This record gives sequence, C-alpha cells and structure tokens, in this order.
Amino acid sequence: MLHTFVALVEDKPGVLTRVASLFRRLNINIISLTVGHSERLEVSRMTIVAEAAPGAGHRIKASLFKLENVLDVDDIGQLSCVTRELALIKVAAAPHARGPIFQLAEIFRAHVVDLAPESLMLELTGVASKIEGLIQVLSEGNNEILEISRTGRMVMRRGQHTSRVLDAMRVPSPEQEPIIPSTDAAGSDSRLGLFSGDPNHPL
Amino acid sequence: MSEAPKSAASSPRRLTGAEIVWATLEGEGVRDVFGYPGGAILPVYDALRKYPIRHILVRHEQSAAHAADGYARASGKVGVAVATSGPAATNLVTGIATAMMDSVPLVCITGQVSSKLLGTDAFQEVDITGITLPITKHNYIVTDPQDIGPVLREAFLIARSGRPGPVLVDISKDAQQGMADFDFAAATPTPHRPHPMLSAEHDAIAEALKLILSAKRPIILAGHGILESNAMDQVRTLAERLQIPVASTLLGLGAFPASHPLSLGMMGMHGEAWVNQAIQQSDLLIACGMRFDDRVTGVLTSYAPNAKKIHIEIDPAEVNKNVKADVALIGDLREILETLLPQIAARNDSTWLRAVNALKGDAAVRDIKNLPDLGHLYAAHVIHDLWRATEGKAIVVTDVGQHQMWEAQYYKHESPRSLITSGGLGTMGFALPAAIGAKIACPEKEVWVIAGDGGFQMTSAELSTVVQEHLDIRIAVINNGFLGMVRQWQEFIYEGNYACVSILSPDFVMLAGAHGIPGATVRERSEVLPAVEAARHTSGPFLINFMVEKEDAVYPMVGPGCALDEMIRRPSNGHNPLIETSEEP
Repeated sequence: MLHTFVALVEDKPGVLTRVASLFRRLNINIISLTVGHSERLEVSRMTIVAEAAPGAGHRIKASLFKLENVLDVDDIGQLSCVTRELALIKVAAAPHARGPIFQLAEIFRAHVVDLAPESLMLELTGVASKIEGLIQVLSEGNNEILEISRTGRMVMRRGQHTSRVLDAMRVPSPEQEPIIPSTDAAGSDSRLGLFSGDPNHPL
Repeated sequence: MSEAPKSAASSPRRLTGAEIVWATLEGEGVRDVFGYPGGAILPVYDALRKYPIRHILVRHEQSAAHAADGYARASGKVGVAVATSGPAATNLVTGIATAMMDSVPLVCITGQVSSKLLGTDAFQEVDITGITLPITKHNYIVTDPQDIGPVLREAFLIARSGRPGPVLVDISKDAQQGMADFDFAAATPTPHRPHPMLSAEHDAIAEALKLILSAKRPIILAGHGILESNAMDQVRTLAERLQIPVASTLLGLGAFPASHPLSLGMMGMHGEAWVNQAIQQSDLLIACGMRFDDRVTGVLTSYAPNAKKIHIEIDPAEVNKNVKADVALIGDLREILETLLPQIAARNDSTWLRAVNALKGDAAVRDIKNLPDLGHLYAAHVIHDLWRATEGKAIVVTDVGQHQMWEAQYYKHESPRSLITSGGLGTMGFALPAAIGAKIACPEKEVWVIAGDGGFQMTSAELSTVVQEHLDIRIAVINNGFLGMVRQWQEFIYEGNYACVSILSPDFVMLAGAHGIPGATVRERSEVLPAVEAARHTSGPFLINFMVEKEDAVYPMVGPGCALDEMIRRPSNGHNPLIETSEEP
C-alpha cells in the first residue's frame, strides 16, 4: 500500500541523500518525493510517498527519526489532510485544434500557461486522480501529449495542527513567535504517533 | 554511555584545526586512539606531540576500527580511530560496519583532500561520507577549522547517546591547517534529542505487569542492551524475584552470571538444546535489549508460538521488525525495569524451573565436554580448560566461526564486557585487533584471543602491533585446517562437498616467534593446561596453536529455515561417533 510521510529536515547538503538512502536500504520504492522550504528558516519540508507493506509505517517513521538531520516526521496514514500535486502538460495543438482542449482545461480548472504555434501547455493542480483524469481525456480525444511533468504529492494536515516537536526543539520560526500547541484532539495526541504497545494499532 | 565529557577548563585559544582535533579529544576524556598516518591527515599527526594522548599504530586501518571497537566494548567509553583519506578511509569500512551492527560507540576521524580539490579525483580522494552513510549513525565532512570542535563534540554525543553507534568525521587537509578560535566549553553541543517515539506509557507498563505476573512459563531474553543500559542488577532482580530463567544472546553473554542457577546459557542457532526448547515452550518472553536477530529466532513463523512477547528496547525501529510484540516498552532498559520492579512481589513456584532443568539431562549426555577424548583434541575441551584455568575471569575476544560458538557454549562468562565478539556482522579477523583495544582499555585484565586458523590469518599482521605496544595478550588459535563453520555447512547442507574450505596455515608458533612472541603447539588434551599456564606465567604475549579435531561440528545446530527446536544434535549413543568413524589421515 501507499504510505505518505511528511518530514521536516535540516536544510543542509546531503540530507536528501540520507532520506532517500534510508528507503533504498529498507528496499522500499519511493513513488514520489517533493522537497522545498517550510515556514521555518533552515528547515525543509519533504512529502514522501512510498509503496510498502501495510505494517511498515512504524518502522519507516522510527528509522527516519534516527537520521540526525530529520527534525520531525508525520505518518499521514488516513488522517484528514489536503493533498495536492502540480502537473505541467504539453499537448500538440495546431491553432485550429485548440478549442476542444481549452474546453477540457476549463472543466478541469487547468490554466493555459504557454501557447506555441504547434503546442500548448496546461498547468493543473489537484489530487492525483484529477491529473490522471485530464491526461486520460486528452488522450481519448486523440491529442498528442508531448510532455508531462508532475511534482508528486504535497500533503498538509487540516486544522490547527502544528509541529510540537520542532517547537520543543526550539527550532526558530521566521517570526520568532512561540507556536501555540494545538488544542484540536485530532491534531495533538496523535501528533507524535506514540507507540501504544498494541500490535493492532501500531501507530 | 557512562562516560561524561570532562569539563575541560578552557578559554578561547587560537589553534590550528589539527590542534583543535586533539584538544577536543582531550576534552572528551580520550586517552588512547588507534590509527595509521598518511598524506591528508599529516597536520593532525604533526600536532599530536602537544597532547597527552597515546596513539597505537596498527598495521592496517581495518584493525584501527576493530581496536577502537574492542576498546569501546571493554571499557564502555567511545573508541577513536584515525586514518588518512582514500584507501585508509575505505579500509575502515568493515570495522565501522561491525560497530554499527553491534551498537558500539566509535568516532572515526579521516583526513580528506583540501576543500578546493574536493570532487576532482585528487590523489587519495574518496567520498568516504557517501560510502559510510548507511553504516554510521551519522557522519560529517568538515572544511572549516572553526567547525572542527563543535562537530567532533557532537560526534561524541551522537556516538554514545540512545542506541550507541559509530560516527565518522572527515576533515579536509586545509581545515586541519587553518587557524580558528577554540573553546571547548563553547563547543558544547545542544543536548541530543531523544528519539521522539520512545514510549513506556502507564498503560503499557500495566499490561506488561499483568503478563509478567500471570505467566506460568516465562523466560528473560538477555541482550546486549543490558550492558549498554547498565541494567545487570535490575535484570537479575527481576529473574530472582519471580524465578525466571534467563537465556542470553551472543552479545548478551556476561550480562547475567553464567554460574547463576537461573542462567540457561546462549539461545539460538547454536544455543544449547534445552535453551531453545524452553523458549519454544514458554508462555512469556521478556526481551531485554535485544533485537530478535535471525540467528536467535530460527524461522519466524514457528518462533515461541505460545508465548506473549514483551519487548523492552531503546530503538523504536527494532520493535515489531522481526517478532511482533504484545507489549512494547520503548526506552532505557534500566529505567523501565526500575519502574516495573517495585510492582513485582517475590514468587516461588519451581514447576517451570523443574521442567526446564529436566530438558538439560538429555543434552548433558551428548555434550562433547563430558565425553572421553580418547587421545583426540577437541576445541570444546580446549575452551573448557581455558575457562577453568582463568577461573572465568579473563576478557575473551573471539573471532568468527566454530570457535566463536564453542567459546560461547563452554566459556562461562560471569561479568559484563568479558566477552568481545563480532555478533551482527560476523567479521572474521576481528579478534586480534579488538583484543589490542581491549587490553589498552583494561591493562589490568587478563586478555585472551580465541581465533580460528582462517580468521587469525586475516589480521595476523597485528602481532607486530602487540609487540611494539608491549601488550600482554594471550592468543589461542583453534587450528583445524578448515574454514570450519563453512565446512560444517557444506557437510550438513551441501552433501559434504567441501568447496574451498581447506586452508593451509603457516606454523603459527614460528610466525609468533618471528615477532619475538613465544608460543607452543598443543596436540593432546593433557598438554592444554600446561600450555595455558605457561602462557599465563609469561610476561608479555604468548601464542598457543591448538591442533584440534579437523572435522568436528558445533552442536546443536538450527538449520536455515528450521524452527528453533528443530536442531541437528550430536548423536547420543553414549559414544562419540566422530571418534569411532573418523580415519586419521
């Protein structure tokens, strides 16, 4: 099954290698990995989607925490969250053939971001199935897809959830303001994923 | 673990990076390092004379890592190895991996080409941080002299915190040569973050207590974590209070006294039959600081099928990895046991103990130790006699193979850190260099190397180091002319097809003699004790070449893919079949 982890890591050379190498060492395939700046200085945020056995989440998370540069790990599991992926799709389209593609773009709320004599580029944001849906209808409409670039998933949990671990570790936030711990039950107690000792509920 | 950095009274000083290396080590309480100089680490070696640190020159960098490892295992302190760049750094790799698998705290310092040359394939340049990434707890490359102090201090902190392990610090030559302000106190690292998934919550403690108090056939599985957590007394109290028998992993030997009536001995592939049978019959396993390695469990599907499992472990990534825990208590073993013990009252029900003891009878009649030697020399007899002669008080450093298992079976370890052996990685060539480290760490202790004729030849060049450093190390080579454990597998599993396992050795006594080390060859049991006593009464090193039975096997043996109690046993017809059937060459 697919596991999704959000990891906050130190923004230093080699950290991406350490994270990726862990999955390699555990013989687990990474489906997607996005990395970029977070809300904190010198802290990067990774969203990692990996294919692994259903019970593997605990060990992956525990192993990620063993990396010195990893500050926080969240195993998203079935938690309520917003998932987005960005895709750029280049479609072959002579001027007279653009109309139907514009219509599809509108239905999918994709943006046309480039128009060339023989092609156009669509930008689409959404969950994976929405992106795959657009690709499918474009293909079924006998459009020639020239290029696809997808970012892979980014995930953020809903509600007032914040990183208590980062806070406890006094990693500076940009404004140097204390972060108020969430009072939202879903966002607090399960936050650390404390192992309950119950084999049926490993996380 | 027990070692705390000494609060070096330091004020900011202007030093070279090389001087900062030694000043930091001195501040961390390091008195001995193991290493080998070379081009990219020359500035560091040049600065050594200014600092009160002993450097032991090994004959191969792999031995530097093993010696630092033996030093750490014998003393509980962080071991330090130093090497130059390129081939020296890659030679450390086997030693680092050995330490990683067995959770041994090391700091390895390597020289690196100047930062301007990084990535140019300069002479003796190798990406050692890349190479050691999966076999270190963490590693660093340092190119600014200002960073050397803080990074090295953090390296020591990481090496000894939580589940210990090796850390490598790669320092470019220009960083060693450059100047920086050094202030030991100011370089104090922020406290190491505990693993956020440590958890021994109230509910889990209560659940564990319920299982412990209601178990009829409990067993304690004693692992290496007992030594690391210094929880010997707590484990012993738990065992004695509820009369729970204690089975040990290979690395757990010594954590619980072998002579204790509740001690069962080693479990697993070459554990005694009664130990494995008891585990399979048990209704509760209390795993203390061990990781259910495949050599311990046999095939997992049939492992201890009727037992609940309580797993007390400091590394959350080990929980539910191989064996599913019914209750996991993740944290420091000693703290957890101290939470449990006040809630456990003494109990005296000997039914289970009597059942376990009944299992021993059958094994005793098969035990080679109890069989007549009829003029043959068996490794089991050698190790049994060695144990008696040393009264079980020596630090024994073993290599890997048959002799390692016989040692584990017949040398009865009473105290922690008295057996030093490569368990997880199974590194041949480990014994002699690790013994060098152990002897430097514990000069007042009697140190014995027990090695096979194969493994001993992998690092026998370290005999020179033993002599150069005036080390009083006693060496027992268990010489059977084969790579014995591989031969045994070929005999049992590959229909006796002995492929490439017959090994020619030099005359080890002459080899020792070439180093100025006295020695003796022993061919009969009657010669064992006199030779051992000669070694013990010789000032300085001594080597004994024990010419043992060539095709003896380690029994019992749990074959690959077998359940823990499906063991190949030494035949029990009251005679030793080996003696009756073997034809002397």
